[in-house]
Amino acid sequence: MIETHELTRHFKDVQAVRGINLTVAPGELVALLGPNGAGKSTTLRMLTTLIPPTSGTARVAGHDVVRGQREVRHRIGSIGQGNGAAHSQRGRDELISQGRAYGMKVADARRRAAELIDSLDLGEVADRTVSTLSGGQRRRLDIAMGLIHAPELLFLDEPSTGLDPQNRANLQRHIVELRERHGTTIVLTTHYLDEADAMAERVIVIDHGRIIADDTPARLKNEHVGDRIILGFEHETDAAAAASRVPHKSHRYGTELTITVPGAPRLVTGLLDDLRATGLSPADVEVKRATLDDVFLELTGRSLREGGAARPELVEV
Amino acid sequence: MTNLVTDTGVVFSRELRPVLRNPFSVVFSMVQPLIFLGLFAPLLPDELSLQWFVPGIVVMSCLFGTSMTGSNLLFEIQTGSHERMLVTPLRRPALLIGRALKEIVPVVVQAAVIVAICLPFGFELHLGGALLGLVILSVFCLGLGSLSYTLALAAKNQEWLFWTVQQTLLFPLLLLAGMLLPIEAGPGWLRALAQWNPLTYVVDAERALFNGDVWASTTVTGAIAAAVVGAGGLLVGTRAMQRST
Repeated sequence: MIETHELTRHFKDVQAVRGINLTVAPGELVALLGPNGAGKSTTLRMLTTLIPPTSGTARVAGHDVVRGQREVRHRIGSIGQGNGAAHSQRGRDELISQGRAYGMKVADARRRAAELIDSLDLGEVADRTVSTLSGGQRRRLDIAMGLIHAPELLFLDEPSTGLDPQNRANLQRHIVELRERHGTTIVLTTHYLDEADAMAERVIVIDHGRIIADDTPARLKNEHVGDRIILGFEHETDAAAAASRVPHKSHRYGTELTITVPGAPRLVTGLLDDLRATGLSPADVEVKRATLDDVFLELTGRSLREGGAARPELVEV
Repeated sequence: MTNLVTDTGVVFSRELRPVLRNPFSVVFSMVQPLIFLGLFAPLLPDELSLQWFVPGIVVMSCLFGTSMTGSNLLFEIQTGSHERMLVTPLRRPALLIGRALKEIVPVVVQAAVIVAICLPFGFELHLGGALLGLVILSVFCLGLGSLSYTLALAAKNQEWLFWTVQQTLLFPLLLLAGMLLPIEAGPGWLRALAQWNPLTYVVDAERALFNGDVWASTTVTGAIAAAVVGAGGLLVGTRAMQRST
């Protein structure tokens, strides 16, 4: 459905995207994850024909994004960061105009608009001026606009930014349902880790305009971080002794010992019994499942959460 | 199948829809010309009749409304709906032409309102001439609207830039066209400047046409001036829209 080769985009002296090679198969739900300015939106803008690449190529829905611009536009739906429906218009009017823009007959556009209004719970607000709608309602209207021509491939740029948790969950549910019902291929960008984690089967981590990881959330977490057991001891000597006893990869930081091991929640009791048998009882125990933020931290040395805070120094054992 | 004409139709009807939903918006947006009509016309010296003044006000209402119309696009650029339309298969020129064509509708409605208000005060309507005058004015509007959209596309996220340029150009254009007071009485340098203002020829043509003087030479010069602005505006505007991302 998407195939890019060394896709690159420069803005004056900024290299926003530097050689992205990406293949997305039909039916996939892919999340592009990365901090602000990583190049996610620029990549998306090239794939949706809004800006031409500086170099490299991209085929989207069977056509080149430069030479087959109109064909690509016909086949994809794109939901940008802003509101697709103009604030001075009524939602239903915008939906019908949108259908007409894709060459639908008025009657078909009207029927399809009614269908989408129904399935996105917009019945009560569709005939009101868009400016009077809430953020969540406007976002659902945007989704409806992007779906008017039943595209085989849908792009969403930061779909849930600015929404409260309830509306975010609601939106995510609509997106997942859409895919289950119609098999639509979906590519979305997000900087919400939990969103990428919950929705996507495939997460592509982008940093400084390059793909630095590409896998299922579970595998990314297992491969790059793994689950961790964090043991706090009274004395550093105990922590050091425990470190040498534990048969897994571990880091010691003062009296704290971090053990990295897949399936940590299952292993923790056995590990504790084993340590107690040798007289090493930790004062406190914490089991941490890896998050995508940990993956990003591991890959880049920066956190996605705190705008790129550096990780604390660890003492290798 | 779609083509440039059907695409333009889609954009035109989308632009027109809010006006149809709320027709009074057309009248609300002509407050300024009506103020000039109510508060300036009574100050006119005796030799300048309502017959002379009203066509100028019709052009003024076109100038005010149409020069501001880019602000609608500016707002849509800021909210994201312009980008949404750029991703649709609509041809780029249609995105501009459809919008610019819509400007003709309020101009014609406003002209009708102005004439209707002035009829009881002794304004004489010559329908044939007035209609031809509106055709010329519509062509001018098409160009001016396109230029306003071009300004919006150039200003993008700098709203102040749009309004600064629009406000800076508006009054010199208006005064130098002899819209409120005749240029003929002015000093030579001002008359020379007025000669370079295409709006001067449009205003002169409207004055003659609204008086029923269809065969005047001003009709031809006015039509040429309007055509130059119309074609130039569409050309510049279409290019700007082609480059819009």
